[in-house]
Amino acid sequence: MSSAGLRAWIVVLLLVLAATSVRAIDQEPPLQDPERQALYERLTHEVRCLVCQNQTVADSTAPLAADLRREIYAMVEEGRSEEDIKTFLLDRYGDFVLYKPRFLYSTALLWLAPGLLLLAGALAIGVVVRRRAALPADQDADENPPAATGTGA
Amino acid sequence: MTRFLLPIFVLAALVALLVVGLNRDPSYVPSPLLGKQAPAFSLPRLDDPARTLSNRDLGGDVALLNVWATWCAGCRQEHPYLMELSRTADVRIFSLNWKDDPDLARQWLQTLGNPYAATGVDQDGRVAIDWGVYGAPETFLVDAAGKVLYKHIAPLNAEVWQKEFMPRIRQAREQRQ
Repeated sequence: MSSAGLRAWIVVLLLVLAATSVRAIDQEPPLQDPERQALYERLTHEVRCLVCQNQTVADSTAPLAADLRREIYAMVEEGRSEEDIKTFLLDRYGDFVLYKPRFLYSTALLWLAPGLLLLAGALAIGVVVRRRAALPADQDADENPPAATGTGA
Repeated sequence: MTRFLLPIFVLAALVALLVVGLNRDPSYVPSPLLGKQAPAFSLPRLDDPARTLSNRDLGGDVALLNVWATWCAGCRQEHPYLMELSRTADVRIFSLNWKDDPDLARQWLQTLGNPYAATGVDQDGRVAIDWGVYGAPETFLVDAAGKVLYKHIAPLNAEVWQKEFMPRIRQAREQRQ
């Protein structure tokens, strides 16, 4: 390919990339109060779009996501609290609507599982280490080749 | 012995967990509305925008509220069964025309038939949000006092009707007597 052709392709590629980064989903102007705008941004990034479940409401182009953004925008503009807005959504769509679910009986296992698994791993290591330590040195044949036994660790 | 049994046991538990997980439908989101009072609404009617359809119209006896739109393929699939229900089942069917073009919606009912006692037009989707709607078709079963008894997400069919709706309708009517 000629260098001019290559250059043209690079320009096109850069333009395409630039276009994706400025693509705005909504036309609403940002809220006057930067704190409110930050709350709007945070909430829309925490709320799941239920139509395309692996996207947040902020990322999705689904009509329902647009409706939910509009509702959240209106509530933020009215000055309602984060708790209040989350309750509004939870009352309608349930806990699945939040990417970070609340701590409830039904979600306890989800929240506690990593800690429990870590604990189980630590216990397993503890048990193995104790057992090994309790073995006489010359019976520790699993780890050490026979030639090395007796010299001791 | 535990040396061999323990890993097998752990593996079996993991397999069981995955089998259950794979057989669940992740697109089904249970409604927090079940057992609660149906959200209040008041919408212009599709047949006559000067009149309104509100949650009060649903009261008096059990009623269905079907959420549909002309852009929804599942709704088209479901429509003949709704027609059948409107003829054979002794239940009033109301509907919410969701984020749709009212002209297209009227055309749809004219050509395919109108199974609904009345249809409310929810063009901006506000009422649908109050009802926790996220994918048409959805069908709510509401009792005489306006309590949400059941919600079905997906096209209605005879099997779902017999299994999920009929027993609840019967029970709700018996309790009222």
